[in-house]
Amino acid sequence: MYQFSGKLKTFSLALILLGALGITYGFFTAPKTVEEAKDIIAQQVDSHGNGHEVLHEDAKKIEHATENHDANKAHVSADAHGKHHDAAHDEHVFHQLQNKPWSAVYVALFFFLGISLVVLAFYASQRVAQSAWSVVLFRVMEAITANLVPTSIFMLLFIVASIMHMNHIFPWMAEGTFTPGHENYDAIIDGKSWWMNIPDWTIRGVVYLLIWNAYRWFIRRNSIKEDTANDANKTYKLNYNVSVGFIFLFMLTESMMSWDWIMGLDPHWFSTLFGWYVLSGFLVSALTAIAFVTIYLRSKGFLPAVNDSHIHDLAKFMFGFSIFWTYLWFAQFMLIWYANIPEETTYFAMRFEEYKLPFIGMLGMNFVFPILLLLNSDFKSIPWFVVIGGVVILLGHYVDVFVMVMPATVGAHWSFGITEFSALLFFLGVFIFTVFSAFAKANPIPVGNPFLKESEHFHYYNIEHRGEGSGDHH
Amino acid sequence: MESSKVIHAFYTDDEILLDAVKTVKAKHHHIEEVFCPFPVHGLDKAMGLAPTRLAITAFFYGITGLCFAIWMTNYMMIQDWPQDIGGKPSFSWLENMPAFVPIMFELTVFFAAHLMVITFYMRSRIWPFKEAENPDPRTTDDHFLMEIPVHNNVDELTALLQKTGAVEINIVDKH
Repeated sequence: MYQFSGKLKTFSLALILLGALGITYGFFTAPKTVEEAKDIIAQQVDSHGNGHEVLHEDAKKIEHATENHDANKAHVSADAHGKHHDAAHDEHVFHQLQNKPWSAVYVALFFFLGISLVVLAFYASQRVAQSAWSVVLFRVMEAITANLVPTSIFMLLFIVASIMHMNHIFPWMAEGTFTPGHENYDAIIDGKSWWMNIPDWTIRGVVYLLIWNAYRWFIRRNSIKEDTANDANKTYKLNYNVSVGFIFLFMLTESMMSWDWIMGLDPHWFSTLFGWYVLSGFLVSALTAIAFVTIYLRSKGFLPAVNDSHIHDLAKFMFGFSIFWTYLWFAQFMLIWYANIPEETTYFAMRFEEYKLPFIGMLGMNFVFPILLLLNSDFKSIPWFVVIGGVVILLGHYVDVFVMVMPATVGAHWSFGITEFSALLFFLGVFIFTVFSAFAKANPIPVGNPFLKESEHFHYYNIEHRGEGSGDHH
Repeated sequence: MESSKVIHAFYTDDEILLDAVKTVKAKHHHIEEVFCPFPVHGLDKAMGLAPTRLAITAFFYGITGLCFAIWMTNYMMIQDWPQDIGGKPSFSWLENMPAFVPIMFELTVFFAAHLMVITFYMRSRIWPFKEAENPDPRTTDDHFLMEIPVHNNVDELTALLQKTGAVEINIVDKH
């Protein structure tokens, strides 16, 4: 039985505390009025000098271009247009600056929620596939899904905060978007109001979270039941059937969740493979998270049945899904770039102009680095290699979520500062705390699983196992 | 001539063969060749064969294909005749790069796959009209054959092989 070490517990609580402090600081320093927002921008321009100003002017141009295009507002006189536009611009910048701490929390929240959720989906897939290799990792995966509970609660709070207009994260929630004649009226969004309206959006969000948490609660309870069931695999078969159902529901809710919670940030933009794209990013991150927790627990001696071949398989999944992510990223980007239809291209134009470093950098982190590092079969079974690859992959996919969310919510005013870092620390702390306390609550080996023996003897022929008895394998 | 003699030991089960290989290796006899009707997992490890380097060659063939694709697209589309085709930016290779990625990908795979296969054929000496080197037709069906060169130790080897469960032991002159 694993014992959540006091050191790790203190560490995770320190992360939570530090993160909470940083997040509070972020909300405290966000502007309260349009004037404050103007001051902040003026200060930035002063301190950054000319180069930034030019950049900022560029940013303004893009913003204006998208605004004009987006809002489809007909302005009668050029004079009125100018005045109205300045005021509208100030208001816009003010909302973006106000969004900064919200977005910082949202990016980190969505990142950890997605990882926990997809670990759950991967776990369900392993049950459905009756795969034997991963059985000794079942309790690790179950423990990671424990993080789904707190992240779901935070997501629920975020949903409530958004519908109460405490933030401007979802532009379609603004006052008057659906009211013809209102200055915020947006005919394009109004055309989508059958899907994008606050009651439906809220209900859908709650339903997703309920479905995911219900399955997690059920499968965790019944997986532990399996250990002592001794009922000719009846419990095992029930778990199998429920997992089949969950995978079906997961695929539906995951797509819809990515429309509601990410694509809804840019209500004028749409992409058909977006749900898959979001899924692929979290698949890599989920496998990396499993590998990390496994490697850590194995190094502490709590997973004696896990051998180098299990690590090798996890790394293979990390490698394969990294390429899968790149494939979907590129498929989405290239189709839009090639056809260059303005209503779709603004999405990437904005990201390429304002987020060049993270936008291109994440391709290096999520594709080039893992492909070169994890291509070699020997490297894939060396824990510290997998850890190095995994750190870059996880950071890369954080950047991916960052580039999905930030351009829509804070536009050109993005930065990676105290608030963003604190939000990451906060949810990392929550992750460590929930995952390891959940792992301490059950037998680390699922002794009732009919595939356990096979999993314990799992051996990939091509690699040499270091420091473990592999003489009896052939 | 004594040195050109070999022993052919036949087995009918891959597990028995694997144990036999380990026994023979343990007695420090050189195994010239093992003929099997299908791949036996762990046979290469038991025989102490060096791991294949085919994957490494494939990696470099892939890089070659990628370089070829980059050179080709750059020469044809950017250098030689940079036409405006449907507004695609042909000012520099990088600007038009996304359009070339499908070609780059396919040529990387093409080079890696085909050149690796050809390398495999050459290293394994397989080609059409090549004369089969099979010492006994049963080894393509249901028998396993271990070939051990003889150096004045026929009796000792025969006794050893008999103990390992060989169903048939022949001493053959190799020409």
